[in-house]
Amino acid sequence: MKKIFSPDTIRLIVPALSLTVLLIAVFYLQPRAMSYTGLNLLFNLAVPIALATIAQMLIMTVNDLDLSMGTFVSFVACVTATFLQASPLLGIVILLAAIATYAVIGVLIHLRDLPSIVVTLGMSFVWGGLAVLILPAPGGQAPEWIRAIMTSKPPIMPMAIVASILIAVFSHLLIMRSSFGVVLRGVGGNARSVERAGWSIIRARAAVYALAAFFAILAGIALVGLTTAADANIALRYTLLSIAGVILGGGEFVGGRVSPIGAVIGALTLTLAGSFLSFLRISPDWQIGAQGAILIIVLALRLLLNRFEARRTRR
Amino acid sequence: MTALMRKPWIWSFIATALVFLTTILVTGGASMAGLAQATLTFAAFSVIVGIGQMLVITLGPGNIDLSVPATMTLAGTVALKLMGVEDGMVVPGLLVAIGIGVLIGTGNYALIKLLRIPPIIATLSMSFVVQSTAIWTNRGLRIKPPPVLADFTTSTTAGIPNVAIIALILSAIVWVLLQKTVYGRWIAAIGQSIRAARMAGIPIDGVRFVTYVLCAIVASICGYLLASFSGGAALNMGSEYLLMSIAVVVIGGTAVAGGDSNVPGIWGASLFMFLVVSMLNTYGFGAGVRLILTGLIIIAVIMLAGGRTAGKR
Repeated sequence: MKKIFSPDTIRLIVPALSLTVLLIAVFYLQPRAMSYTGLNLLFNLAVPIALATIAQMLIMTVNDLDLSMGTFVSFVACVTATFLQASPLLGIVILLAAIATYAVIGVLIHLRDLPSIVVTLGMSFVWGGLAVLILPAPGGQAPEWIRAIMTSKPPIMPMAIVASILIAVFSHLLIMRSSFGVVLRGVGGNARSVERAGWSIIRARAAVYALAAFFAILAGIALVGLTTAADANIALRYTLLSIAGVILGGGEFVGGRVSPIGAVIGALTLTLAGSFLSFLRISPDWQIGAQGAILIIVLALRLLLNRFEARRTRR
Repeated sequence: MTALMRKPWIWSFIATALVFLTTILVTGGASMAGLAQATLTFAAFSVIVGIGQMLVITLGPGNIDLSVPATMTLAGTVALKLMGVEDGMVVPGLLVAIGIGVLIGTGNYALIKLLRIPPIIATLSMSFVVQSTAIWTNRGLRIKPPPVLADFTTSTTAGIPNVAIIALILSAIVWVLLQKTVYGRWIAAIGQSIRAARMAGIPIDGVRFVTYVLCAIVASICGYLLASFSGGAALNMGSEYLLMSIAVVVIGGTAVAGGDSNVPGIWGASLFMFLVVSMLNTYGFGAGVRLILTGLIIIAVIMLAGGRTAGKR
């Protein structure tokens, strides 16, 4: 039998399927959600999460893990609501410095062969501290332009969907279709062979960390565009959400096996799970628990499909 | 001396001594005994969760238990509720806490094994479920611990806090387990190469299962003690111990890549982490600066000590 799907496509089937099922369930429970405004409300908060998930996915491409994602996005949100709003030039300089810091961290991790978990753990304190210094109490104000972008109403599709598709397509082209992306995934798969082929691994690590910082900064800015104000703890959940999003989307911790489209779908699924639970009128006590259960069910589905696929290819 | 310098845990103790001295310099030695006692007490809680996390991390790359905070909260909440401020119920309370640990550990490993999902996601999903259960049992009530238990956890024996003594006993047990028993050799072997361990006929599933259960049990015991120490269980009482348990393990010189554990280092790192915070408090820094310096110090320590231990890939 001829193989119909490429492995990359199969990787995407489960995330796409679970998102569809969840969406159908939400529409069944709340038919009014099946509208322009409804969809926008459902997926609004997914945009920053999707961006943070892509950032985490980039780090995971080179077999590292970023435990500072949540505090970093919070820090960016604080900068956006204060400096970027009041004196845009200074704000941009601060954010560029943050990108440079990420690149330096990537180089350090590589040079000293340090565990990324611990270094980013330390950085999470640093970003958290900076955020507290900038905004000791919740406040600040979103810049007009980002507010305008996030609340704009493009024809046919709501902004949240348009943004998610743009993020997915752009990161797919970057990671899966460009030669830069191939080198990055190669570093995750077999760093030594990439090095022998004449590529600089240090440069790849620095680039991947800087790029992750860039996406995380977009996440922070988008978040402020939605909430209009910031707080030092605004995005702490993003660390775990982004990791879960990558895994739900078919990515893996090692080997450079990632899927940008899957990661965006994973982020959408996680966001939708929250709305689904509130439509079900589950007691708030069990909301987090039910989110955990949804995570487990989707992963069980993936296992079943993988087994099925393995059996078919063996035949 | 050179043999001592080669031990990976020595760095955390040197750092601890330095921080202790700098703090004493400011206070002029006035609060030395008080500082030492407070440090031992608070470090004890990090040590207890740290040794559990260390066992799991020793199992090799990817092994980590994120359900530690939720486990602590649930065990503390349920045990305190069961004891209902009665002195006679102290032992049953402890047993129930341990039972909760066994259940959560079993659940964790069942998810890892049956669903073949990475431990980080399995324990994360598990912690969501456990946290919800804790919210549901707690209902915002703050139940006081039995007086005997509250006294025990907050008082000292011969100048040493009782919780530190318990942490010491637990670490001694784990140290013996790791150094002198075949189980200890097995988890080190699995951490170094799971394939080689499988070829050598080591019961991998059994060992990993026991390790995750052990980690959950010590987390439960810690939750039980912490809830009694702080006069009641709170829903967020475990949250700071998620990052703390990982940080003390790694700063203590346990290889993040697995296969090499280090009990003394956990003590050094736990004392160090608490002292850093109290030193920064003594100097009168605000919350923001304190956080930044804590982070930079963690990174500095791992740069000095970690390069070697993480050498193998």
